[in-house]
Amino acid sequence: MPLSTVNNPVQAGRRYLSGNDAAAEGAIAAGCRFYGGYPITPSSEIMEYMSRELEARGGAFLQMEDEIASISSVVGASWTGAKAMTATSGPGVSLMQECLGYAAFTETPVVVVDVQRAGPCTGQATKVGAGDIMAVKWGSHGDYQVVALSPWSVQEMFSLTVEAFNLSERLRVPAFLLAEEATGHLRERVDMPETVEVYNRDYVPGEPPFGTDDPAGIPSMPSFGDGEKLMVTGSTHDRFGFRKTEGPAFHDALVRRLSNKVLSRKNEICRHEGYHLDDAELVVVAYGFTARSALSAVRAARQAGIKAGLLRLITIWPFDNELISRVAGGIKGFLVPEMNLGQVDGLVRAYAGSTPVRSLTQVNGSTISPASILAALKEMC
Amino acid sequence: MARSMEKYLRPEVVTTPFCPGCGHGVLMGSLLRAIDQLGLDMDQTVFVSGIGCAAWIPSPNFAADTLHTLHGRAVAFASGVKKANPDLKVIVVSGDGDLASIGGNHLIHAARRNLDLTVICANNMIYGMTGGQMAPTTPQGHLTATSVKGNPYRPFDLSKLVKGAGAPYVARGAVVRPYELIGYLKKAIASEEFAFVEVMSPCPTQYGRRNKYDSPGAMYDRLGEMCANFSDADCPLPEGALPLGEF
Ligand SMILES: Cc1ncc(C[n+]2csc(CCOP(=O)(O)OP(=O)(O)O)c2C)c(N)n1
Ligand code: SF4
Repeated sequence: MPLSTVNNPVQAGRRYLSGNDAAAEGAIAAGCRFYGGYPITPSSEIMEYMSRELEARGGAFLQMEDEIASISSVVGASWTGAKAMTATSGPGVSLMQECLGYAAFTETPVVVVDVQRAGPCTGQATKVGAGDIMAVKWGSHGDYQVVALSPWSVQEMFSLTVEAFNLSERLRVPAFLLAEEATGHLRERVDMPETVEVYNRDYVPGEPPFGTDDPAGIPSMPSFGDGEKLMVTGSTHDRFGFRKTEGPAFHDALVRRLSNKVLSRKNEICRHEGYHLDDAELVVVAYGFTARSALSAVRAARQAGIKAGLLRLITIWPFDNELISRVAGGIKGFLVPEMNLGQVDGLVRAYAGSTPVRSLTQVNGSTISPASILAALKEMC
Repeated sequence: MARSMEKYLRPEVVTTPFCPGCGHGVLMGSLLRAIDQLGLDMDQTVFVSGIGCAAWIPSPNFAADTLHTLHGRAVAFASGVKKANPDLKVIVVSGDGDLASIGGNHLIHAARRNLDLTVICANNMIYGMTGGQMAPTTPQGHLTATSVKGNPYRPFDLSKLVKGAGAPYVARGAVVRPYELIGYLKKAIASEEFAFVEVMSPCPTQYGRRNKYDSPGAMYDRLGEMCANFSDADCPLPEGALPLGEF
């Protein structure tokens, strides 16, 4: 089985860590062996950690000249068989987009930690935001899928980084840890496990590396130097990687397989948590750091006699539309607080049916307080 | 291509992707001869290219691992490959537009970093694939699709640029002097540091027609006249010559 339990290479037990350091440790625990990056606030501590630790653990580190080069080096490294990553923030994500599409189209596992800050543009570089939700999904041209996970704690900065690697290696897609400045710079207690579950990519010698008979299949992935004479190209290609830029049906089938290999496995990929949902009339849909404020608001609402609940999205992409439709039946309304102008709100609306959806947005560079979520819940009663 | 070189090509590849008279075919043959003479293990070699006609020299033609990347990014991809697995020989082959314009920053930084990469730039002084627009290597006054009155700007001297960025081995060859070229390519591949070979490789279709050459042959003749080897330091270069040799 490609999924195996291994000893956690980082110090186990109760520890006090920052979110960014926990993400770096998660990468090491997942088996990351290459980091290519470019400094940017508020993610740079991840790069600094990897520059100190990775080589001692048999990996390689490169500080590149920009984010375009960073993600390109990560894709190159991934084809040598190394689990590979970079970390950045909004401006870096923007620069990486063309190559993220390349990774999706060539089915290259790569992990990108995006510690989001207040955009657009250079914005408030040291302040929090969550404005990259749509950018990581739709930023590159053409149709493709990614995985994006949203941590709400330092513990999850660790565990979801491991999970991002596992999903990326298994599905052969770019996987994002969509963190926020507030979680990256948060320091809190973590219980570092003794062991971790890691997924090592599937390789069957001689199998075609870019296609299967299954229209939603995930092909075997060889590495450079295996003697497979690989043809990796960002042009449309057959199952052996041979460039094939003629033939409409052929291109159509490839683009659909790349999308369906992710979407058809949504049930295995998508994770969420529910709090007080059983009898909830008003459901807050929240993710990332905002879910912390939402949980405290929901608890306060309960004390005030409001039947509120929290649906915390852990997986953002692929989006769990069935979950929203399921929860929508039988409640009076959704509240979607976000540190952007309503990026997940639009998705919730699309699948909420006739259930009313209220958006609570804040883009002032600070986190949303429990009080503002509570006030919105009270107004919805 | 001589039969003896066929073993380095994928059996599925039956035609050349290049126009008749394109210099890239000569470069392809020269590179394979250099590889053959060195006895390079193709199973431990990765060919990385960007986007453009020149990027098709190795991809998918060469029977080795080929990584056909994005426009301009070949050197950055190659850096990741080499750093993650230093046992692999990594050879970049791409065009002047690819390596020196959109990818110029990666090129100079790779030269500075001095990883063991061999970068071969097929310089046809124009954007071939996209229809003959001005490149950063187009000589001043020459005609292109975006400079119909003549390129107003000065071109890069790529070899000097990369040398200035710190590359330990830099050479400029030309497809009209294939034996010298094979020598440079061999030295570059055998070197265990960053090595750059600029190869003057005419594009008759986009460059030749616009600049009033009657035939690919006429273009080769002119390139031959322009090329002068400066390895003999006592010999002054003729006016307008492209100095070839090791920098
Ligand atoms: C980001 C991006 N911009 C533009 C292009 C279009 N494009 C394809 S090839 C090319 C020029 C290639 O020129 P060069 O590297 O000199 O190679 P040649 O075709 O002349 O051998 C351009 C601009 C692209 N593929 N990607
Ligand atoms: S367009 Fe120019 S560079 Fe491209 S194949 Fe034709 S001759 Fe060669």
